Amino acid sequence: MNVMDTRATSAMLYLDGVHVSFDGFHAINNLSLTLEPGEMRAIIGPNGAGKTTMMDIITGKTKPDEGTVLFDGVTDLTRLDETRIAELGIGRKFQKPTVFESQTVQDNLLLALNVDHSVRGTLFWRGSRAESERIDKVLETIRLTEARNRLAGSLSHGQKQWLEIGMLLAQDPKLLLVDEPVAGMTDVETHLTAELLKEINKTHTVMVVEHDMTFVRELGVKVTCLHEGTVLAEGTIDQVSSNERVIEVYLGR
Amino acid sequence: MTPHMLTRSLDRGATIFLLVVAALGVLIPLSNLLLPAGSFLQVQTYLVALWGKYVCYAILALAIDLIWGYCGILSLGHGAFFALGGYAMGMYLMRQIGTRGVYGNPILPDFMVFLNWQKLPWYWYGFDMFWFAALMVLFVPGLLAFCFGWLAFRSRVTGVYLSIITQAMTYALLLAFFRNDFGFGGNNGLTDFKDILGFNVQADGTRAALFALSCLALIIGFLICRAIVSSKLGKVLIAVRDAESRTRFLGYRVESYKLFVFTVSACMAGVAGALYVPQVGIINPSEFAPGNSIEAVIWVAVGGRGTLVGAALGAVVVNYAKTFFTSGVLAPYWLFMLGALFILVTLLLPKGIVGTFNAWWASSNEKRAAASVSAAAEDGVTEPKMAE
Repeated sequence: MNVMDTRATSAMLYLDGVHVSFDGFHAINNLSLTLEPGEMRAIIGPNGAGKTTMMDIITGKTKPDEGTVLFDGVTDLTRLDETRIAELGIGRKFQKPTVFESQTVQDNLLLALNVDHSVRGTLFWRGSRAESERIDKVLETIRLTEARNRLAGSLSHGQKQWLEIGMLLAQDPKLLLVDEPVAGMTDVETHLTAELLKEINKTHTVMVVEHDMTFVRELGVKVTCLHEGTVLAEGTIDQVSSNERVIEVYLGR
Repeated sequence: MTPHMLTRSLDRGATIFLLVVAALGVLIPLSNLLLPAGSFLQVQTYLVALWGKYVCYAILALAIDLIWGYCGILSLGHGAFFALGGYAMGMYLMRQIGTRGVYGNPILPDFMVFLNWQKLPWYWYGFDMFWFAALMVLFVPGLLAFCFGWLAFRSRVTGVYLSIITQAMTYALLLAFFRNDFGFGGNNGLTDFKDILGFNVQADGTRAALFALSCLALIIGFLICRAIVSSKLGKVLIAVRDAESRTRFLGYRVESYKLFVFTVSACMAGVAGALYVPQVGIINPSEFAPGNSIEAVIWVAVGGRGTLVGAALGAVVVNYAKTFFTSGVLAPYWLFMLGALFILVTLLLPKGIVGTFNAWWASSNEKRAAASVSAAAEDGVTEPKMAE
């Protein structure tokens, strides 16, 4: 533990005592959570539990009223904006699939690649072999090689979800935040997505928000249950789902 | 611009457009100057000036399409950048009048003598030199756009709010330029020009040259826009247009991209204004009128936004119609027609003329490709038999 001299924590992501309220509504209430490097964590919780707000805080979209949010043990995320946080290596997949619909699948991935994002760099950009190889590899992983020249807007819902995961892969962040990746997917697609995320987790730290319990069970990772903006229970899926408070919250008693 | 950017930016439509503009830019001046007056093929001088005006409008339309069609920034104040470029050129032309003015003052333009001013205001210094005026044509609109954009885009002012403040900007400039003590000729603006670079602005040769130069500026402006939109930066612009916050989460500094195209676009509008002024012979504050900027947006909508060629075409078509209708008995109804045109295009041709044509062309190509695939499939059925 003596490597920790400059780092406040060894965690990839460290949230402590975070509060956010919107017009008096406490969306996040004394939320504390840590994510170790290389870990995959599933976040569950009923509607309005603060799952998406938590992601907004981590990615800089929402500023917390108080509390600490540290990335990689050193960086205070509450002081940075979305672009800077993305540059640091935090990628996000949105709840509603958000791809660039009027551009091709290939161009979507090209835009996501973590190369020079400056105005000058993109103006004088010329493709390189390394870049196109990376795009090919991502296309293969997300099973969209055939559709590479199609407009992203013409993809099916499930394919859009994968394209967005592919964009995360192209971005190659240290930490991936994945918001409801299987919403609206068929059972087969859900299964494939779980496989995909497990594959991604071999090289990346991942945080997944999901309602689908079969999917969470299939991931087989540590689960955190949020309720009213705070952590209600943490542990394996079996521990969490047998927790009385969790059952109470989910059944609304 | 590097060679790979040039080749990448020239697709078929772009090449055809460039060839047409180049041909017009050469043939119209030649026909005006070389053919005998009154000959059937001779383009009369007033027409050269009129079409020169349309070409300047086409450059302004390109500038608007670059930011609106590709980056989703709807500026309803682009006429301001056009007018500022025009004023910079007008100031040069005023200083060229010299002692030939009504009051014969070698330094002060007539309106300053009339206002009893004793010396030239500092901001008129340097405008007796063409190179300085030419630099200001780019610099003044560019600087205003940069400052305006820096404030607006950094505070994430978008959509209709941005459109409204661009209107306010051009309206504020309109009021300022109306004032006599602002030093730009007040209500009357700048006029009575004599020479440009030593050539008489009224002469046929000068008008022909100005027309050719306007076409050249249109070609260069078009190439710059094509180079921008066909680069990776162009893809980022479209990404910003379609899903701004997503682009931010990918790590792009959206405000820098907007600021870049907004400033480039303002400089282009400035050049358009500078070429416009010597051809129409006057620049006055009415060029800042909010209505002018809105009209320019209509040209782009009619031609097809996000197509560049369409923007230029829309500017020419709408202005040709304007000239045609406002010179006849229908003159009082022109604004109604323009309004109706805008509504009809929005309802029936939301992609504009060129956008609709492109969509039709793409779908008919697809059908042809599908037909040839099914034909090939039929051939495929017979092939194995032949192999046997």
